[in-house]
Amino acid sequence: MQKLVEIASGVSNGSLSASAVVEQHLARIDVRESEIHAFNLVTADQARLDAAKVDADVKSGKKVGALAGVPIAVKDNMCTRGVETTCSSKILQGWKPPYDATVVTKLRAAGAIIIGKTNLDEFAMGSSTENSAFGPTKNPHDISRVPGGSSGGSAAAVAAGFAAASLGSDTGGSIRQPAALCGVVGVKPTYGVVSRYGLVAFASSLDQIGPFTCDVRDAATLLEVISGHDPLDSTSIPQPAPSLVSVLEHGVAGMRIGRVTDLPEGCEADVLERLESAFDALRNAGATIVDIKLPSIQYCLTAYYLIAPAEASSNLARYDGVRYGNRVDAADLNSMYAATREAGFGEEVKRRIMLGTYALSAGYYDAYYGKALKVRRLISDDFARAYQSVDTILTPTSPSVAFEFGSKTDNPLAMYLCDVFTIPTNLAGHPAMSVPFGTGAHSMPVGVQVLAPTLGEQAMFKVAAELERAS
Amino acid sequence: MSDVAALPNGWQLIVGLEVHVELATKTKMFSASANRFGDEPNTNIDPVTLGLPGALPVLNQHAIELAMRIGLALNCKVQPCTFHRKNYFYPDLPKAYQITQYDHPLNVDGHLMLPGDVRIGIERAHLEEDTGKSTHFGGSSGRIHGSDYSLIDFNRAGVPLVEIVSRPDIRTSEQARQYVAELRSILLAVGASDAKMEEGSMRCDVNVSVHKPGTPFGTRCEIKNVNSIRSVGRAIDYESRRQVDLIESGGTIRQETRHWDDSTGRTETLRTKEDADDYRYFLEPDLVPLIPDPEWIEAVRAALPILPAARRLALAELCGVDKDGESALVVVERGQDDYVGAVISAGGDPRRSIIYVQQAFAEQGATPKVPAKDLAALTILERDAKVTSTQAKTLLTDLIDAGGGDVLAMAAKRGFETLDTSAVEEMVDAAIAAEPGAWQKYCNGEDKALGALVGAVMKSSKGKADGKVITALLQSKKNS
Repeated sequence: MQKLVEIASGVSNGSLSASAVVEQHLARIDVRESEIHAFNLVTADQARLDAAKVDADVKSGKKVGALAGVPIAVKDNMCTRGVETTCSSKILQGWKPPYDATVVTKLRAAGAIIIGKTNLDEFAMGSSTENSAFGPTKNPHDISRVPGGSSGGSAAAVAAGFAAASLGSDTGGSIRQPAALCGVVGVKPTYGVVSRYGLVAFASSLDQIGPFTCDVRDAATLLEVISGHDPLDSTSIPQPAPSLVSVLEHGVAGMRIGRVTDLPEGCEADVLERLESAFDALRNAGATIVDIKLPSIQYCLTAYYLIAPAEASSNLARYDGVRYGNRVDAADLNSMYAATREAGFGEEVKRRIMLGTYALSAGYYDAYYGKALKVRRLISDDFARAYQSVDTILTPTSPSVAFEFGSKTDNPLAMYLCDVFTIPTNLAGHPAMSVPFGTGAHSMPVGVQVLAPTLGEQAMFKVAAELERAS
Repeated sequence: MSDVAALPNGWQLIVGLEVHVELATKTKMFSASANRFGDEPNTNIDPVTLGLPGALPVLNQHAIELAMRIGLALNCKVQPCTFHRKNYFYPDLPKAYQITQYDHPLNVDGHLMLPGDVRIGIERAHLEEDTGKSTHFGGSSGRIHGSDYSLIDFNRAGVPLVEIVSRPDIRTSEQARQYVAELRSILLAVGASDAKMEEGSMRCDVNVSVHKPGTPFGTRCEIKNVNSIRSVGRAIDYESRRQVDLIESGGTIRQETRHWDDSTGRTETLRTKEDADDYRYFLEPDLVPLIPDPEWIEAVRAALPILPAARRLALAELCGVDKDGESALVVVERGQDDYVGAVISAGGDPRRSIIYVQQAFAEQGATPKVPAKDLAALTILERDAKVTSTQAKTLLTDLIDAGGGDVLAMAAKRGFETLDTSAVEEMVDAAIAAEPGAWQKYCNGEDKALGALVGAVMKSSKGKADGKVITALLQSKKNS
């Protein structure tokens, strides 16, 4: 598989043709996409035009960007001007945004070639892509298994070599869990590091865009491009993007790595074994392993499944059939709303809208949403205490390797448990990333998760790079 | 316009007002689209205004400043604040929630003074965004239910609003009208809004209840669609009588929202509390808390203009008139108080200066063309009885028509001789001699007889004698 940094440097110096790179990736898509279904839409024609333009720019001596000629897939919940953006939902099927998301603008400015829009669980609600209205994505390592979710299409696109990198969004683990299940690198940056402008909102206070790549260096390179303050996003951190590539060779000597001793149970033995190997690798590289406790972590899943649905119930209320998207006609206004939303949303989306609506309702707010906000403060306090004695924390990314299709679809709670290790960082707004670290049951990939405090991306990438060297 | 009689049987009216004003910003509350009334429908729109998927709000700094001006002018505390989402479905609400302020508004705990030093508390004045404007076609009600189709103009969606919520301190419909009028003049003075009720840039919701003094407040009804200051009074008068009549006939008031119909002069049920929306307020995650810098607040406070109440007081003291009277109200409303001050500085008679301006300068704007010294000269001419008040009015018209000039020359041109007091006195003596019966009656205290004597002098002077001088002379002769 071609690395992002190799493509970008080759295209920039003229030793690689962007058009040839795009054709190679389109050829792989031709061969395997019909069985994988990573994409909702492959934008082959536009990608060829964009690649030709990059090649012309190089030939004419124009300066090209840091991602010149790199084919990148974008999760289908990020707005692309004039190109269908569906969130894998029937309610938005056919909707073409009149504007680009800030991340898409940044990708284009850096010379990246957008090769397609990737499949996801509808509105990013799910952990397997089985909630996509357009059918699931298959795990390229074993097509009887899920790729994880919700950004399963983006993870599979990179794992299958359909794109050199991709963008996903992570609300409770939707980048890191599919990265782990597909054996690629996935990063959820600090909340506010990457602009959310143009990311179709699921849970606004938790959503964050991040990269999927084949390795840690590619992830650092891509994250540097897409991060930075955006005046169009009021929650964007008003600071320049942190330098990440520069720290990758720093090693971890002297760093303190946290091991959570009160981690929720239910993790596969192989996964825990890989986590211990990761601790060994870091210890061998000169890091100190420090035991820490995160007592509130046991409440995080519950808090998340109140906060995220509450925000979603509000964010998804705009899909009412009035202005855009699909409408089901009916006798009067309220019937039209009901018919449109009944036909347009899938089961999981409806479940979460109902959950969130109840959680915010008069008489229930304090008992549910209000209490969930308290848990959110508690876990932030737990992390703050832990980070007094450690620089980063290491946990499994997912309690299991990729599971078989249908094995959790009848039991939403079992599916929700997939995110038990990833959710706490979203609640705290912290960065975390998943790095492939060997294989577990059924020879499927296992990821370990590196957690860091707010704007601790440099420490996180140092550890991730060390793990990659050791794996 | 007159108030209906006070409520019968000792019932007391309780009114609180919620006034929405559109801020006079160039752009919208959360996006760069123009904030302009009257444009072609759906031209001032963008992804944020339309609530397109992925669009995010960014606060308009100028809207915050205008909202702070309103708060400071209403004696509010300006404080750190947050934004919430108010969730409900309606076609002209693009995101299906309105971004508004809930438990931590920008401005709190202010007040506004009405004539007679009546203090009306201001609970809060908070920022929010306007909705689009729906127009319903077909059906009889003009509302969405029963209509054939509806059109929506999103130009108004996202226009910055401040909602000013009074405490329930208003006790008469007259006070309610005064409150709205005073609020409007403050909004205009601080440049926060054009406050045009007819264009909807200022809108009133009226909360009305009745009770007997010494008992708890009654259940209130909120009246919507009250679109003029006059309607505020009429709606309150109608609604309070409706409530009293209902209670006295054994009924109870339901908490509900009622619709004011200006053509029938009645309110009718719009929705009851039972079918009111649960707005599921929660903190808007797309915005961060707004913490106005104390230095910014002080700079806004320092830049506030002198407010209408203070200007009326200063003008009233200068002119020797009532600060709550019509002349001070009207002249300050027109912004002509500085001009009146200039007339008085030029030697004008204070009382006559304000009255002349009030009565004759309605079309002149804040900077009348007539030079202050010319108007001052006219007030002196009248004060010194060089011309009669009727003649003075004629000269005032001449002065306005000519845009100023020498009033003495104008008086001469009109043939307005100046009669000195001794000439008038001779005519008075002649009139007494000619009308002995009338004089006797007048001396016996029958003031009606005065008219005949004054009329006789006016006749012999051919209208050039001043009525007030004649009266004064007759008075002194009677007392001597």
